[in-house]
Amino acid sequence: MLNDLASVVIVIVAVLFVLLTTIAYLTYLERKILSFMQDRLGPMEVGPWGLLQPLADGIKLVSKEDIIPTEANVAIFKIAPIISLVPAIISFAVIPFGKNSFHFLGITTHPYITDINIGMLYVLALSSIGAYGIILGGWASNNKYSLLGALRSAAQVISYELNAGMSVIGVLLLAGSLSLVQVEAAQSGGFWHWYIFPQIVAFVIYLISGIAETNRTPFDLPEAESELVAGFFTEYSGMRFSLYYLAEYGNMVMVSCIATILFLGGWNSPLPFLDFVPPFIWFMLKVYFFLFFFFWIRATLPRLRYDQLMRFGWKVMLPLSFANVIVTAIVVYMVRR
Amino acid sequence: MTMQMAMFGYFGAAIVISALFVVYFRNPIYSVMSLLTMFMHIAGLYVILEAEFLAGVQLLVYAGAILVLYLFVVMLLNVQSRGRFIQKQTPVVIGLGILGVIEVAVLIFHTRFYPELPAIPHPGVPTLGNTETIGMVLYTQYLFPFEIASLVLLIALVGAIVLAKGKLKFR
Repeated sequence: MLNDLASVVIVIVAVLFVLLTTIAYLTYLERKILSFMQDRLGPMEVGPWGLLQPLADGIKLVSKEDIIPTEANVAIFKIAPIISLVPAIISFAVIPFGKNSFHFLGITTHPYITDINIGMLYVLALSSIGAYGIILGGWASNNKYSLLGALRSAAQVISYELNAGMSVIGVLLLAGSLSLVQVEAAQSGGFWHWYIFPQIVAFVIYLISGIAETNRTPFDLPEAESELVAGFFTEYSGMRFSLYYLAEYGNMVMVSCIATILFLGGWNSPLPFLDFVPPFIWFMLKVYFFLFFFFWIRATLPRLRYDQLMRFGWKVMLPLSFANVIVTAIVVYMVRR
Repeated sequence: MTMQMAMFGYFGAAIVISALFVVYFRNPIYSVMSLLTMFMHIAGLYVILEAEFLAGVQLLVYAGAILVLYLFVVMLLNVQSRGRFIQKQTPVVIGLGILGVIEVAVLIFHTRFYPELPAIPHPGVPTLGNTETIGMVLYTQYLFPFEIASLVLLIALVGAIVLAKGKLKFR
């Protein structure tokens, strides 16, 4: 009993530590990668190659003044960033980071916090809760730019969440389980077992929807600075602003993890003779590939117009994902029979 | 068992209190937030009943999709708090309230007279698991009601579009 509790606590602490460090250094990585793509150096002053930049940013954000507009709804204004961040972090409870259980201080534990049998559903449900933080923050600021940003974001998140959810179904049909651990286990034994090949349509749909759900370029209409100042967090400053930022990066890591697990085999090595590399390393490599993809897209593509975004989501992506589900279901039925 | 009872007590109390807040808050945004709290606690109730699938769907559909639209509408329409208390309905509300109290009383007495009313799990649950059993039962035993429900939802969908677009001329 005590050992079980200790093992859970150890995993939670480890996951939180890795996650928060990753998020902190993603801000650094994003600036560096964008800089290199634009032929400049990026942050170089704080520490060697600017490696301590996230620390300096953290100190700056914490020590900044917390400004609340006079006409704002104070209670909701304060609570909205928290509503945004908490679902982004607790959804990592079901992500399996590796394969083998490991020992720590004489306690055996496994590389995920929990393996519930509705893992994927849990992730989808929590990501839909995160939208409240954005909508409420925009409304409570009592600022027209914030409100417009919030409304755009609500419409966008609802439309693209549907696509993400539908595209996932194909993979779940193939794996025959909602548990992320079992989806990963079903893809073991070389890269030709990964679901990216039979589910290439779903993969593309999920990736696009994932970028849209995290409000990243080219879908960053909720915070389009040229038209809406900064969108839903125009009025936020200091620590509350950084909570929104953390939530956005947390969601990015989440989308990368899910894409890795569902389509790239999670911790499975691409070729059987590469099995000597720890599964955790493979998982991280794949996740960082997707994160790099996020930055790459940001440096490459211009922003969509609002009507284009809605039309694309409802008239192109949704029928495609429905077709994918139907075809996958029929094929799975024929093969299994 | 005691842990389960304590959890049930917490979720039940939270549901009742947040449901009251939905009615009593004068600001409609606060009402929607209380409703969100209530939905989350209902999902918790499903979890202690070991109906994980229902809990996930409850969050995804009610909290994640339907309530966001409520919030959307409330924010856009700027609903005034004055119009929310229509006095003419008081007798009806009192009548319904009495009916509700009687119903609860009957339920309580019923369980007192028949204390051993066991919850019988579906025979498939131990071998298949909850989620799979729901799928099996829904698409075999209860296929017809399931299809009827989906048809009703489809009619509601088409109806909403017809009502909203009724004033526009179709070309």
